[in-house]
Amino acid sequence: MNELVVETDGLTKRYGDRLAVDRVSMTVMRGEVYGFLGPNGAGKTTTLRMMLGLIRPTAGSASVLGRPAGGPEVTARIGALIEGPGFYPYLSGRDNLRTMARYQGLPATEVDRVLEMVDLADRAKDAFKGYSLGMKQRLGVAAAMLGSPDLLVLDEPTNGLDPAGMADMRALVVSLAEAGQTVILSSHILAEVQEICDRVGVINDGRLLRESTVAELRGGATLRVRATPEDAALAAVMQLAGDEGVRRIGNETLEVDLPVTAAPEVVRHLVAHSIDVHEVTVAERSLEDVFFEMTGNNKELVS
Amino acid sequence: MNALNLKALGNSTAAELLRLRKWSAIWVIVGAWLALSLSFGYVFNYVAYKTGDDNFAGDGAGNAQLLAELMPNAIPDVIVSGLPMFGGALAMVVGALVAGNGFGWGTWKTVFTQGPSRSAAVGGSLAAVSIFIFAMMTATLVLCAGVSVAIAATEGQSITMPALSDLAQSFGAGFLVLEMWALLGFLVGVLAKGPALAVGLGLVWSLVVENLLRGVGSLLAGIETVTEALPGTAGGSLAGAIIGGPNGTPGVLDAISGERALITVAAYVLVAAIAAVVVMRRRDLA
Repeated sequence: MNELVVETDGLTKRYGDRLAVDRVSMTVMRGEVYGFLGPNGAGKTTTLRMMLGLIRPTAGSASVLGRPAGGPEVTARIGALIEGPGFYPYLSGRDNLRTMARYQGLPATEVDRVLEMVDLADRAKDAFKGYSLGMKQRLGVAAAMLGSPDLLVLDEPTNGLDPAGMADMRALVVSLAEAGQTVILSSHILAEVQEICDRVGVINDGRLLRESTVAELRGGATLRVRATPEDAALAAVMQLAGDEGVRRIGNETLEVDLPVTAAPEVVRHLVAHSIDVHEVTVAERSLEDVFFEMTGNNKELVS
Repeated sequence: MNALNLKALGNSTAAELLRLRKWSAIWVIVGAWLALSLSFGYVFNYVAYKTGDDNFAGDGAGNAQLLAELMPNAIPDVIVSGLPMFGGALAMVVGALVAGNGFGWGTWKTVFTQGPSRSAAVGGSLAAVSIFIFAMMTATLVLCAGVSVAIAATEGQSITMPALSDLAQSFGAGFLVLEMWALLGFLVGVLAKGPALAVGLGLVWSLVVENLLRGVGSLLAGIETVTEALPGTAGGSLAGAIIGGPNGTPGVLDAISGERALITVAAYVLVAAIAAVVVMRRRDLA
């Protein structure tokens, strides 16, 4: 699990005056699902393209599976869906996959296997140009999975999928992760990342702001206590959590920096001070909350 | 090139052949080429022969001359006559479509993440185009042979096939001319990152600009030297060398010697292939 699969060091890409990616150093471990988050234009896809050798970095380096990124010995062990599926429109889904399988020297049975995995076997004979966006996306994922690669790079794989398709895609990624597949998942859908990913990297304006586990990023849960009279409740809770450990958040509610396990003690303490306790809840920050705090973006930018 | 690269090149060629043979646009071009070859090589001349001496297609030639041009013995001339004009243009369209569409469709990006090196992937595509051009030339030869034998039989003429060496020389020259234009089209498709500009520029260049330059070249010695190195001049002169000089067919020339034309055409083939690989190896696919 601790084996490095991807390691970038000061990866930088400049287009003229515009710095698309600015000294990004990130790591992905074997067997983990790594979420790569950032608003549109943050530099996610450019970073992934450099990892795959599709574009050359202006500075810095990327090592993938222990070798410099982009070499055929590396790309042969990676499956990737980058910025939408690219296929021959006049070919059927199956023939597109057969073509890609031939590039790798894989047998036709491999095509059938991945078609089943993305639930496209029934429409495999249809021309790619007639596919819905969701079907095209699934075919892209199928192509990425040809040859059971050691690393799967999926850039917005749920784009264009309906809710059922998104759920299927999530289930697919989860099943791959359970089988030990290393996955880099770039996504706008933060709830999806929170649900699936072990670790995340947050990128904005080309810079990697934070890289950690989802749990670390979200921080610990806090208690919320609605009690009256509020001033008395505040004074009482401060005796347990300290002056800095309690905040008023409105509606006669206090936010308390104590572990969830301290809830019974807080309630007993308040009741002992003749304070009415109306409600005690556990407050957890979502990945979305953290993301917006870090990037300073409003929700419309990423939804 | 080591064994691994040869295997990758073979895989890439097999992949490209699969998708090329299922591409209807390619078969439309083959059909157009065969129809044009048949029309200008046999149909018009045969109609002229059957309707007498004084007509547009006969251009004053006697019936005996027209019939001789329709016989199996004339196959080496017929299969190269149409190459400098429409054959080259159609081959260029093939090359431009094969390379250029990969950018718009995003298929180069998909292919480059499938494992083969860029050299192997682009080399496979070039090899597939070359195999396709070879097959196109073979189909032309078979069609011309079949039609000329049928005409000879219909007209009660003896069926005399050309010498194998003449046939091989003509076939080889024809293949090289088509290959040159196809690979130049491929290169322009790579440089233009799309088929539309590549096809447009390629056709204007091959059908218009070179002819205009040759016209100016007859007035200015400096320009004439330049035109002698152009692909149209080389291809036309190579066809001219096979036929034995200009025969009135547009594009068939005697501007340079057959040997020089052969070397120039071969040089264009090599340069176009190498340049396409080098550009694709270095290019960012953003």
